[in-house]
Amino acid sequence: MTGVRPIDEKLSHERDRAQNFTLNFGPQHPAAHGVLRLVLDLDGEVVRRADPHIGLLHRGTEKLIEYKTYLQAVPYFDRLDYVAPMNQEHAFALAVERLLNIEIPLRAQYIRVLYCEIGRLLGHLLNVTTMALDVGAMTPLLWGFEEREILMGFYEKASGSRMHANYFRPGGVAQDLPPKLLEEIAEFCERFPKVLDDIEGLLTENRIFKQRTVDIGVVSASEAQDWGFSGPMLRASGVPWDLRRSQPYEVYDRMDFKIPVGKHGDCYDRYLVRVEEMRQSVLIMKQCLEQMPTGPVKVPSYKIAPPPREEMKTSMEALIHHFKLYTEGYHVPAGETYTAVEAPKGEFGVYLVSDGSNRPYRCKIRAPGFAFLQAFDFMSKGHMLADVPSIIGSLDIVFGEIDR
Amino acid sequence: MKQRLTELGEQITVDIGTDIKNCAVENNELILVADYLAIVRVLSYLKASDGLQFSQLMDVCGVDYLGRTPRFDVVYNLLSLKYNCRIRVKVQVDEGVQIPSATAIYSSAGWYEREVFDLYGIPFADHPDLRRILTDYDFEGYPLRKDFPLTGYGEMRYDESKKRVVYEPVKLPQAFRNFDFESPWEGMVNVAHDSLLPGDEKAETPEELCS
Repeated sequence: MTGVRPIDEKLSHERDRAQNFTLNFGPQHPAAHGVLRLVLDLDGEVVRRADPHIGLLHRGTEKLIEYKTYLQAVPYFDRLDYVAPMNQEHAFALAVERLLNIEIPLRAQYIRVLYCEIGRLLGHLLNVTTMALDVGAMTPLLWGFEEREILMGFYEKASGSRMHANYFRPGGVAQDLPPKLLEEIAEFCERFPKVLDDIEGLLTENRIFKQRTVDIGVVSASEAQDWGFSGPMLRASGVPWDLRRSQPYEVYDRMDFKIPVGKHGDCYDRYLVRVEEMRQSVLIMKQCLEQMPTGPVKVPSYKIAPPPREEMKTSMEALIHHFKLYTEGYHVPAGETYTAVEAPKGEFGVYLVSDGSNRPYRCKIRAPGFAFLQAFDFMSKGHMLADVPSIIGSLDIVFGEIDR
Repeated sequence: MKQRLTELGEQITVDIGTDIKNCAVENNELILVADYLAIVRVLSYLKASDGLQFSQLMDVCGVDYLGRTPRFDVVYNLLSLKYNCRIRVKVQVDEGVQIPSATAIYSSAGWYEREVFDLYGIPFADHPDLRRILTDYDFEGYPLRKDFPLTGYGEMRYDESKKRVVYEPVKLPQAFRNFDFESPWEGMVNVAHDSLLPGDEKAETPEELCS
């Protein structure tokens, strides 16, 4: 793929000026945020064309899900956008619940919202700090990852796993939160804004950071819509659109939060939007902690959610249900749905087709990063090579979800 | 919500009724089945029409209904930010039939259509760059079709002696097993009472064993 392109006959006397060359960026490059292979056509240092080659992390998730029961499909969603796993599970759980036509108990809804916001913090902390690393700032990464570690501790305390949680199941959440966890989260919510202030203190008014990001990769509101943007990428371009507000699911309609919107649609605005979203996420988490009721965390139907362990010791019926649920699974009525949630990166949608059996007939995963990376060619055109890492950093791409 | 979607559907049927085959509301979602040759017209209408303004194409995907004619569905999920509304446009095509590309209307269609082409082998006419996208370079076959085996046909590994990655036909140490787990307990919703239960065919004794 690399090498000098044939030079146009007419320009051969201007050989030095007319030479475009093709540069291979990745797939193993620290600024590529995963296995991204970019083929860049450069004119000097100016990018003329960028051709992202994706699929190097393609695992056939959608095909695999077609061979699994609905319950067995959940863990695959942890492995899509692996920096905020529960937000993905949420989309799938909501889609299945919509086809099953069930509503989960209130406590489970609060737990889901709480953990979705923790996921948002996880995602944005990773993105903001690695983007800073790409443009030369190392300290925010160290500070941010310290907090991510604590957040993953919350994941572990709820689900038993730091990353691959498998916690949001169709019909509720896997189990109730352990005692004292809510107090720990409340403590974190008090402390965390200070960390954000520290990170912002290093970046927001930093001269180098602004030189690398302001007016880089500008996307207008209409372009953002044309390219199918969603989430912070769309909001940074000045479109006030957030699925948590416009198409609320779970208890988001009870939450009081603001939606930050950018003005310029450049890398810097995307950074600002994400930082402000983290502050709003902390507010939502606090409200969840205040309002969280007690009660069950699963639907009462043993056809969908497993019976409690104690009951299985004495009840034959419960034992049978447990066995059937984990071998055959439940049957979802035939139908189809496109259900989307506001994941940290944007609209994460699941198009689920059921044929009435115990397995999804088709499960298409709509990953926000896929649309962002598609627009990379148009965003980087005319920019310098050094701006490429800034733009990739601001796109917030994770290959788990793009390649699926 | 359902009322509003039904009204929207009626309005769309009035405006472009000749290009669409069906319009329904299911699970509070508006679904339009369009003629595949008219897909560009339908999408331009949905994007530009005053009361709709579906400015975003969120997703395009294929679905393989093996055994049905036409075999494939191609599904376009649109979103209107202005009216906070979603619509799903479906077209049905058979194998090898070209669908007009939507890239001229929505830039985001480019990669989505490449993905449908890659995974289902449905070609798109007038697509500026119809290459494979997710599968390996030089991959053969269309992996998300229902007649494509889950295990695939080829596998790759690092060959220590050749010091490079080699491609080989897939070798399974154990035959691929597909458990349906359907039992008379509650899995019988799809099966008529007089027909065979799923799994019953396995109970028949092979003839060679009888002799």
